[in-house]
This record gives sequence, C-alpha cells and structure tokens, in this order.
Amino acid sequence: MTETLLKAKNLCKHFGALQVCRNFNLQIERGELHALIGPNGAGKTTALDLLTGLLAPDSGTLLLNGRDITKTSVNKRARLGLARAFQVTSLFNSFSVLDNLMLAVQAQQGTGTHFWSRAAHDRKLVASATSFVERMGLLDRATVLAGNLSHGERRQLEMGMALATKPAMLLLDEPMAGLGPGGTLKLSELISSLKGEVTILMVEHDTHAVFALADRISVLVQGEVVATDTPKMIKENKLVQAAYLGGAK
Amino acid sequence: MGTMCNRKNIFNGLGLLCFLLLPPFAIQSEQEYLLSLFTRILIYGLAAASLDLILGFGGMVSLGHAVFMGIGGYSVGILAFHSYESLPLLSWPFVLNGTENALLAWPFAVLVAALFGIVTGAICLRTKGMHFIMITLAFAQMAYYFFVSLTKYGGSDGLSLYNRSVFPALNLGSDISFYYLCLTILLVFLIIANRLVRSHFGRVLSACRENEQRVQVLGFASYRYKLACYTFSAATAGLAGVLLVNQAEFISPGLMHWTKSGELMVMVLLGGMGTLSGPVLGAATLLLMEDFLAMYTEHWMIILGPFLIFVVLFAKRGLYGLLMGTGGNHD
Repeated sequence: MTETLLKAKNLCKHFGALQVCRNFNLQIERGELHALIGPNGAGKTTALDLLTGLLAPDSGTLLLNGRDITKTSVNKRARLGLARAFQVTSLFNSFSVLDNLMLAVQAQQGTGTHFWSRAAHDRKLVASATSFVERMGLLDRATVLAGNLSHGERRQLEMGMALATKPAMLLLDEPMAGLGPGGTLKLSELISSLKGEVTILMVEHDTHAVFALADRISVLVQGEVVATDTPKMIKENKLVQAAYLGGAK
Repeated sequence: MGTMCNRKNIFNGLGLLCFLLLPPFAIQSEQEYLLSLFTRILIYGLAAASLDLILGFGGMVSLGHAVFMGIGGYSVGILAFHSYESLPLLSWPFVLNGTENALLAWPFAVLVAALFGIVTGAICLRTKGMHFIMITLAFAQMAYYFFVSLTKYGGSDGLSLYNRSVFPALNLGSDISFYYLCLTILLVFLIIANRLVRSHFGRVLSACRENEQRVQVLGFASYRYKLACYTFSAATAGLAGVLLVNQAEFISPGLMHWTKSGELMVMVLLGGMGTLSGPVLGAATLLLMEDFLAMYTEHWMIILGPFLIFVVLFAKRGLYGLLMGTGGNHD
C-alpha cells in the first residue's frame, strides 16, 4: 500500500488569454521517482512553479502529506520539505561551492538568525555541508566560486543545494538540460542513487534518461496531464504517442 | 588570501592609528579646526558604513538613508528644546518631559529612528530595484517636508542647541572627549557589523543580494532578514544623526534632504561597497577633498565629480579595493 505525498487537484493557471495549466492533476507516492514529460510549451516549468509556490494558481488545491498548502508561501513550503532544483541553475555566484551548500544546510538547521557566531566556525554546519560537497563529487572544487564552475558542475551543485535542505520531496527541473553525454551519465547515476531516499518529481526532455530512471511517468499536453503510468505502459499508450512521441516508436 | 589578510590588517591598523593620533597632532600644530572636521568624518563614516550594510550586503539601494540621521538628530534636538523651555513634550497619555541627558535622549533617538526604519522598511521592502529606490526617496522627502513645516522647531531654518547633551563622567563640551566618543562608537559599530556579515544571518543576507527567490526556495523568510538588517542600519544612522547634532549644536531639515542621502551613497561607492571600513575611507576622502579643494575654488565639484567617476569606473570595490589590490573581495 503506497502513501500519497503530493497531490495536485485541478490546478489551473493562465497568463492573460493563455491557459498554461488546465485541470492539472498529479499524485505522487512517497519514495517514487516520478517524471513529468511533455512537448515544448506544455507548461512543465509552470507546473513546477505552481508546486513550489513561485506562482499562485487561479483555482485548484495542492496537498502535501494531506495538508493543504495551496496558499502557503514559498519559504514555508520549503520548510515543509519541498525542495527545488532549477532549470536555469540559480546559485549564489559570489559564494564558493562550500558556502552555497552551507547556506542550504543552514536553512535545514534553522540557524539563519544567529547573528553573532561566525558561520565559517560552525563545525556542525561545515561538516554537514562538506558531506554534501563530497556526495556531489565536488570535493576538489569546494573553494571555487560557483560562478566559475563548469555547466555540469553547476548542475551537480544545484542538486546538492536542493538535497542539503533534507527535503521530503525533490523537484528537479530538467536536470540534464545542456549536459554532454558524460555529464548526463554522471547525473543519472547521482539521481538513481537518490531513489528510495527521497521522493523525486523530475521534469525532463531527455526521454532516454526518463525511461531509464522513472518509476512512473506523467505526460503533460497543453497544460493537462493526459496519462500517468509506468514507463512501459506510457510507451504503448496511443494517446501519448500521438501527442508527444509523434508515433515514432 | 594570506596577503589579503595582512593588507587588511595594515589598512585597519593604520587607519585606527591616524584617528587615534589626530587630536594631539591638531593641538600641537594649532589647527583645531581639524578636530571638528575629523569628528564629522567619523560621524559620516558611521552613517556611510550603516548604509553599506544594507547596500553592499543586503543589496537594498536606499536613496533615503539620511532621513534616519535627521530623525535621530531631531529627536535629540526636540528633547533638548523642551528641556530649555521647561515644556513637556507630551502631556497625554503620559507626561514626557524634555531632557538633555544623553543616557535618556540618545537611546530614545535611536529607538525613534529604528521605529521609523521598521515601519517604512516594512513597506519599502515589498518592492525591489528601481521601485525600492523611489519609495525610500519618497519617505525621506516626506519627512523632510514634515520638518520644514514644523515651525515650532524652526522649520526650514532649523533648531539650535545651547550646548551638547550631558553625559555622565564625560564632558562632551570638550571637542577632544567628543571626538574620542565618536571614534569609540564607530569602532564598536564596525566590530558588530563585521561579526554580523560573517554570521549565519549575514550569509543569508548576502545571498538575498544575489538571488532572493532562491533564498526563499531554500526555506528562508528573506523579507524578515532584510527588514531586520534595514532596521539595524536605520538605528545606526539615527545614532550618527544624534552625534552630528551634538557636534554642530544645530539641526535643520537639510540634513535629511535627498542630496544628503546621495552624499552617503557616494561615500559608500567611493570607499568600496560591501567592505564596511571602506565607506569610512570614502567619507574621509570626500570630506577632506571638499575641504581642501574649497580653499582653491568654489567650483570644487568640477574636480571631485570626475574623480568619483574614475574611481567608480575603474575600481570594483572603490578606494578600499584599490588599496587591497585584487579588487578587494571580502573574505
């Protein structure tokens, strides 16, 4: 018996005349790696923005652990366990890799308001942040400024930042975008190593990676989820083939 | 990193030594006006450093920072005025008498500045970028015209004090003791601010400057962090206003005019944004150049203007950055 962690019910969002999300329904079970795919402009990033709270829906409800979070602020949702890694990597560029992760750990430890003790002398904080640096495979780059990292390294750090807040649920927005084959492989390994530890919702273009990694896949077409099933069933779904895969497979 | 640290220590040490030795030098060379000039440098340095806290670290570009100086100054001025006239400042709901006692008037003034900071900040910080600049400017100008219209306290002509505040065991009437008091206050502020920006709190604040949305997604209520910093900065600027009024024994609405806020911003940019001790150097440079150039020409702005442009264009972190080499990235 699985347990629902995140549930979106009939979320709608429009920008002017453009209906970006219509009756967006999604149910994510605890522990699964769920992928959200869809053609360009299907409203995937908007859907993630609605889940994170960066955008407010026009109507519909959102439940996290059975609790209504539709009107909860971004930072409060984060404290409830919703972490987000961005498509356009958004790191603190003048901070080093370690400092970026320290900030994320600080959010999790709730020590942000300590205004006298030096953050760099906080052993627990540094140790915890260092463990994430190591896990992301960036140990030899720990003191490099985030602005000077390569694209692949930035993606790794971005993931680390989201993970360091010890989330119940991780939202990944196109983690593979712009990566070469080597980088994709490295990140795929990283993501699959997280399976079971944290519930993941991943928006991704790289269908190869999606079908290899995901437990279940939802297909978004013009702001509406048209199908949710296992990768195998999704491949065979006629509706999906017509809308997304263009019948190529 | 090591050489950076050394340079920083040398800079801070030399700066402190200069400030410490100035009074004996001024008296020895019988140039007592230097004492009042350097007292003003210390006070403006305090105000500029407090602006740097929100500008350089919090990324909040305020064009109304002088208003807090004005409010701090007027608080002390008005309390003293009521003390001379033996009129209570408030008779309802409780009686509030005027006072010249620094231990009562100064904390009161700082509190009023902080209160003004938290109330206006709560509104200003709902906006960003250009809107934030404009709304801070608007609040400052509102306060400016409010005090211009207060004819009871001199209106646009300002308010004169008969003497400086009364401080126990310290004669503030003496320019030397007053100078050293200002120096102590500036040092204490710089130490606190330095701790603050390196603390957990300071990191969140610096992160807000870079990418506030990301800070929120991490789970921080960024608005509260910024408001706390804004209020602390306002209170410090209020204290600078208190000192300035005592130094000049005079206050006028001109102190909170937006051009004064602009001057504070110039000091921060000239000295080096996000360096804390840089703005003190900026204040010293600006006031000294103003004083020096004014001896030769009344059009001293013609020289100061291009100088400022050059520093801002070519030195990433102002004069402080130039002295530190490497653009002077803190930490």
